[in-house]
This record gives sequence, structure tokens and C-alpha cells, in this order.
Amino acid sequence: MKEKLSSLWQRLFGDSVRAFGVVSLIFLGSLAIAPAKNFFSEWRHYQHGYLRMIRNRSDANTLQRHFQSGIQQIWLPELGVVDRCTSCHLGLKEPSLTDVSTQPFRTHPPIPHKLEQFGCTVCHRGQGASTTLAEAHNSTLAWEQPILPAKYIESSCGECHRGPLPGTPQLNQGRNLLSREGCVHCHTVKLSDGTTMKATDDPPSLSHIADKTTREWVFAWLKDPQAYASTSSMPNFKLSDDDARDMSAFLFANSTPLADDTAALSAKPSSDPTAGASLYGESFCASCHAVQNAAGNMVGGDVGPELTKVGTKVKPEWLQAWLKNPRAYDPATGMPHYRLNDPQVSTLSGFLLGKADADYLANVHLQPATPEQITHGKRLVADYGCASCHEIAGIKKPENFAPELSRIGSKPVTQLVFLPGMQHTLPDYIATKIKQPRAFGQGLKMPQYTFTPAQIDSLTTALLSLNDRSNTLPPSLGVAATPESDYQPAGKAGKLMTDLACFSCHRINGHGGDMAPDLTWEGSSVQREWLVQFFKNPGTLRPSLIRRMPRFNLTDGEANELTDYIMTVYQNPLVDRDAMPLSGYSQGQVELGKQLFYGKYSCQGCHIVDTKTDKGYIGPTLTHVGSRLTAAWIFQWMKNPQALRPGTAEPNRAMSDEDARALTAFLISQKGGAKQEVAKK
Amino acid sequence: MTRYPFTPTHVGTSAPAGSPTEPCGDSRPRLSGRAQLGSYRRHSGLFFVIALLATSLATSCSRKSESAPLPKPTAFGAAIVESSGGKQFAQTGSLLPQPVVIQVNDEQGTAVAGALVEFSAAAGVAFDPSTGLTDSSGQVTTNVSLGGMAGRYQLVASTADKSHKKVELKLEEIALGYQQALGRHLNDQYCERCHNPESTVERVSNYDNLEIKPHPFTEGDTLNKISDADLTAIISHGGPALNKSPLMPAWGNTLSKSDIQALISYVRAISDPPSRSAGPVYAKD
Repeated sequence: MKEKLSSLWQRLFGDSVRAFGVVSLIFLGSLAIAPAKNFFSEWRHYQHGYLRMIRNRSDANTLQRHFQSGIQQIWLPELGVVDRCTSCHLGLKEPSLTDVSTQPFRTHPPIPHKLEQFGCTVCHRGQGASTTLAEAHNSTLAWEQPILPAKYIESSCGECHRGPLPGTPQLNQGRNLLSREGCVHCHTVKLSDGTTMKATDDPPSLSHIADKTTREWVFAWLKDPQAYASTSSMPNFKLSDDDARDMSAFLFANSTPLADDTAALSAKPSSDPTAGASLYGESFCASCHAVQNAAGNMVGGDVGPELTKVGTKVKPEWLQAWLKNPRAYDPATGMPHYRLNDPQVSTLSGFLLGKADADYLANVHLQPATPEQITHGKRLVADYGCASCHEIAGIKKPENFAPELSRIGSKPVTQLVFLPGMQHTLPDYIATKIKQPRAFGQGLKMPQYTFTPAQIDSLTTALLSLNDRSNTLPPSLGVAATPESDYQPAGKAGKLMTDLACFSCHRINGHGGDMAPDLTWEGSSVQREWLVQFFKNPGTLRPSLIRRMPRFNLTDGEANELTDYIMTVYQNPLVDRDAMPLSGYSQGQVELGKQLFYGKYSCQGCHIVDTKTDKGYIGPTLTHVGSRLTAAWIFQWMKNPQALRPGTAEPNRAMSDEDARALTAFLISQKGGAKQEVAKK
Repeated sequence: MTRYPFTPTHVGTSAPAGSPTEPCGDSRPRLSGRAQLGSYRRHSGLFFVIALLATSLATSCSRKSESAPLPKPTAFGAAIVESSGGKQFAQTGSLLPQPVVIQVNDEQGTAVAGALVEFSAAAGVAFDPSTGLTDSSGQVTTNVSLGGMAGRYQLVASTADKSHKKVELKLEEIALGYQQALGRHLNDQYCERCHNPESTVERVSNYDNLEIKPHPFTEGDTLNKISDADLTAIISHGGPALNKSPLMPAWGNTLSKSDIQALISYVRAISDPPSRSAGPVYAKD
């Protein structure tokens, strides 16, 4: 063996010429490696494949002309983008390739942005500078930045767009959940515009809890909130019996009585279920509160708490005081102050107390609390950060209770702990953490939420959008959200509107809910007499809506006060009430308007003027519109409805002044003189 | 050998169940076999051997997938039928709004409990769970996330009959791209109240109140025959522009051109039978 080797050595390097020749060959061979690597490169293979594919297509010439060989690169220094994806993804800008389903040659679906302006990795993540499939998409080199699964692609829109977009429902929902489900009570989320994400929910104060409910109920609630109300957004802290006992002990020892938050009525809670149900219906409680019916379906809105078992929870005296005036217990509540009289309070409280589940507290027996239990309870309440969400007398809201999430979308995977069986990616980590927060280790405090899989995907999308890029974006690229205004009406009427919680449903000047019409221009829109009557007895304007304006039992003085304020303040400069009279239109104009209504514009498809013939069920009923709206408003509405109420479903017909005036004349003549009843469905 | 179509499979999740259990010092997952193959050169024999070695090493060392072994069927059916969940639409990559429920029946058409059902589809579609035994009513329920490309996805549910022959059921679901999702949003805001005959608790349909009935957007038989240009004209100028119902108002001053385009792409995406421009169907290869 040794001899063989030495003879080989002799043969190759025996004399200097021979050695020089061999070394030169090796040198030349190694020089050839680089060009060979380039020649056999992956992207070249794909480019050949692309050319083969387009050769037989009818649009081959166009595609051929657009094709550029070699490595392609999109370089955007401002965004930190060096994307060579287009070296292989050759058909991205070819709309004619919609029928191609093989990657990497598919055309990019239409989006509002240009490839040259944003590149690829801004939205899709991945390693833009790589030129091989594995390195670009999901190799170890792409470890920190693998391709973003399509599921979460909307998170990239959220890096620049801070407000909701019509094309990103998942991102919008995720952001709503972050602020609505209490996430930001514990986790700080600083946004790139310098603001902090605010919570939109309002967990109740626990400082006077003993007035409202029993310690047994609090114990059961702490153990499993969803057992009491399946729609509850209170998470489950998985407390032991002893811990729940001690926390309830502390909360009740800590509770102080509040003046006026309990009321003894002269009449006992009445047990007339029919009268109660009808008052519950008339007051439109179901617009905000849900009740689970016998079939297991939730009936009602999700603005206020679910009332399926409310009778098991609240003390009768507290409920009566709450129904009389909820603001006595909670000045900031979104519940309107219905001006109910004592018999009404008695009927309604009796009805609600009947919604009880006798089994719910049957097995809860608590001994009177010992001082040790109370001390231990106080420590637990502080440890679990209860005061992050709830106001608790004597316990300060903790700061930075949970990790800040302002850049969670860029967290390196090397800093994450994964569960067995999980994919080692950031989106999977976030989704699993939301799904089962306590699975990641002993002693973790984050409670268990009851999000649906779709909600978890939305939340993950919203969290992924909070990343390094969103925080360091050049200001020119950020698209600001319309900030929620903190508009508050002034004076006596303003106080009245707060008391009636108008903003829980209506929006005015960019502030308030979206359940009911925007009232920003209400003063230009309606006639004074109608508004006063409407406050006193709200009728049905839109037959198809199930949520309606409740009757608050206002006094004449209150109704007039509110009406005066609305008529004076909520005026649109476009609508000049004095320019168009409410009467005095010629019969000819009214006739012409009628023809336009039923003919050219076919308004009867959505509106009802004559209950005998018209069936339109979308817009408001117009049988009485002449005594409801002002002529000037109708005229401007005909000209351009979106200018008065952005987003309204009424189409803009670009009407001539003449047509608009004739239609105004026709509509203003609809005063509902003959008793016309809205056809009931 | 072709290297496409590829799927962004994540690293270290594709270890076959029967791979040898060599102790692996490095706990970080390696390249999966597929990723390795992506960089192999067909022109070099030596490279091929090395790649093969590396691949087998990588697969054997990569993280074990935790998927549980298939449950054992206790019964066999003869037919598999859809109970609910077909023909839904969701945004690309996202969960279908309703789970897919299928039922296994025997020759007499009675439900069979304990039959094993497996779901499969084109790469990128995820099932939760992807296999299951039928419950007491003969049904299996699964949540489905669609793939990342807009278009139609074919889902296959299969079960074995008594003679171990495969019985299959094919379902189709629709993934909406960005433009179609935008169209859907506009549809919800402006169109659906008349064009969708179904009422929900929150939204009462106006369909029955209209003397001339509008076309529901899934009505492919009619809508596929109308060209994009004609649809654009009807939407912007109203029904009378094409001698259609005057109850269809003109939306040209309310919706922008790109809005109308988005609406049309949505209508094309959901029409049944599919329109020609609905894009490809992604099926398991």
C-alpha cells in the first residue's frame, strides 16, 4: 500500500515540470467551480422552465418580451428591501398567467400596491437576497424570517396601515379583539405614532362588590366564569378552591357600601312573567344584552353582559337600584338611565330575577372568612393582577404587569420556548400561547381565554403586525388611523345625553357606537316637532332592523331640552333649512316627483311610500317622511347622500336639481295623513 | 426531475413515521428532505450520492412529528356523503367559517359509527383534525384552513369499505384573494340585502319584496354568460342600461371603478357552476 502511494507520488510530482502541470490542472479545475455553480444554479433552472412554459402559449411573444434573464433584484434602501424573488417568480406581473397554477410562475393576484415600490419581503417575509428556494423560504438561513403563512398575510398590511381597511377583515378583527378582550389592560402596546393602544372594554369596579352580589357567586365565577355565562370575556385563572375562597374573602372584606346603590321598593319584585317579558321587549334590552334561549341560541346583542342567569348573581335590592339609575353604582356605565317608575322597576327586576339557575350555587358553601384568608386573598389579587382590569379599592393598577407587545411580531425565535410538536415559528408560538397560555410552564399567570380558532388567527395577525418595521417605518409610509374623538356634548343637554348613554349606540362627531344612525347632522335632517314626539314615543323607521331606539320615559322638559340642543348644534352647513319650504309645492311638481320615484329611480325597491303597493324593506319607511325630514335635507340627500352620511347604502344618483326638487316635493307631501300601518312581516 | 410546485413546508416537520431513531446531538431541526433536494444538481453523480446521504441523515435526525397514529376503525361503511360545509368561501389561508361535516353510511343508507375517515387536499390546506372516527351519528367534523392561493380547493374525504376499497367524497371550497375579499366587503354593504334571498337574524333579505327578482351572485348559469364589460355597465349605470330591471340602481357615482372591479372578481369567484375566470382548481396531486 505504502509503495503504491509513493509510486503515485513519484508519477505525479516526480520532476518539477510534471508537478507544475498537475498543480496547474488542479488550479484550473478549482477556478471553474464558480462559473459552474452559476451555470447550474437553481434560478437558471427555473428561468429555463419558465421559457419552456411560455413557448407554447398564444401570448408567447409578449411574455418573451417581458422576460429578462439573469438575477433580478428590487432594491429599496428606504425599506431595507433587497429582493431577488423575481429571479424565479417570473410571472408575477403577467396578468395573462391567471390559469397557471404551478409555482413559481403564478401571476400575483391584484393588490393596490406595485411590486417595484414595495418588493416582496415587506409583505411575505422570507430572505429576499437569497437565490435558492430553501434559503429564501424556510431553510436554517431563513430561520429568523421564514415565509409568512398566507393565513397571517394581512399582518403585513398593518405595518403601515394603522387603521382598519376594507380588504383586511382579519387584521381589523384582531386589533378590535386586542382592545376589546382586555389584552391591553395587562400588556402595553405602544404604536408607532407614539400613542398606546387603549382598551375599549370597561370591566366593572370591585370596590363595592358586596352591594351587588354574594360571595358564593364570586367564588363560583372566579372558578369558572363561562359556567355562569358562556359569552363572558372574563378569562379562567384556573384557581384552586382555596385560592378562589381567599380571593372572594378579600374582595368582600375590602368592599365598601355605596350610597344609593341599593333600593328597597314599596312593591316587592313582581312575578308577572308576561308583563316582565313585554317590558324587557319594549325597552329593547335585547339590543345590548343576550339571553340563551331553550334551544341554546344566544338572543340579543353583545354590548352589555349576558343575562341568562342574572337572577343567580345579583341581589334584588341592587338590581332595583340599578334599574332605577345605573349611574349611581357605576357613573361611567354604558347602560342608559331609563326613567322607569317603581311599578316598572318591580316588574322588570322580578322578570330578571326569574332568570336564575338553582343548581349554579347549590354546591358552594363558604365558611366566614378568617383574617389569614383575607390577607392571603389580597396577595393573590395583587399577584394575578386583578387590578389591571378592575378597580379595587386599596390596590393600585400594576404597571408593566405583563410583557410589552409593541414589537412581538419581530421577536427572534431563539428567544422563544416551544412545546413539543409545535412548529418552530413565531406565528405558531403566538397562536399556541393565546390558545393555551399556561401550557408553556409552571406558575405562569396568563389566564385561559375562550377564543375561537378564527379569533386566535385574527389576534395572531394583529400581533404579527407589531414588529420592528412597523415601529421604524419612514413617516412618509405610515397611513394613520382616524383617531377616535373624545367629543362630549356640552351643558345640560350634554349631561342628559351622557345619562341616557346615547353614545353607546349613536355616533356624533366621530365619537360613539355604530349600532344606531350617526347623529352628527341630525339637526339639519329632522323637523323639530317630529323629534320631540320621537323622544317621547320612538316609532319604527326601518322595518328590517331588530334593534331599535328604546323609550326612556323622558319628561316634556327633557325631550325639549335635547331637541333644542340637537336642532341648534348638529347642523350641516350644506343644508340650508330656510332655503326650502316644507309646503307650497305645485301639484305638477309632486306628480313629477311621484313618476320619478316609481319610474326613473325606482325607489320602491328599498322604500315604502304607499303601504298597499310598495314593499321595499331596506331604507326607512317614507309614509310619514313629510312630517319627519326637512325639505332641504331631502334635496341635498338626493344630490349626494354620501356627502351627508359617508358609507350609507343609498346610491348617489347624481340627480339634476330639477329631479331632486321634484322628488323633494313628492316626499314632503307624504305626511301619513290617512292612518297607514307598516305592513308587518 | 421537477422542483415545482413547491410548498413552504416548515423545517423539521416531515419526518416519516418509520425513520430510524439515531440519537441526534443537535436539538435544532435540520433541513427537511424536501429542502435538501431543492439544492441538488442533477448533473453531478458524486453530488447525488452526497445529497442522498445528507438527506437520509437529515430526515432521520429531524424532529419527530407528534401526529398520533391513525385510530383503528371499528366499523366500515359503503358510502360517504356531505352533511354540511361544502361550497363555503374564506380568505386565502384562513379558516372556513363553518366546519366541514361528512357522514359515512352503509349500503342501506344508515349512518355508521366508528368508521375511519381521512381528509386530504392540495398542499397548503390544513385540516383539524385530518383523520377521525365517525361518531354515534356517523359523522366526522373537521375545521379547514384553505391554502394561500386564491381559487377553488378540492377536499377529499375518504373511508375504506369492508373489502378495504377506498370510498371517496369530493368537496369544493373557495379561497378569496385580496381583491375578492374587498368585493365581498362591498357586497355585504351594498348588494347582499337584495341579491341574497336568505335572511339572517341580523339582516332581513329584501329579495322577496322585489317584483323582478335579482340574481343571487352564486347563480353561475346566468352570470357566467354576462361579460365583465356588461356587468360593469349594469353596476355603474343601473339595470335599464342593459334592458334589465329598473329596480337595480346605478352605482357608478357611489362606487369607484376599482370597487366595481373588485365586486365583479368576487362574483366570478363564487359563481356556481364556476366561471371561466374563476382560476384553477387546486386538488391533491
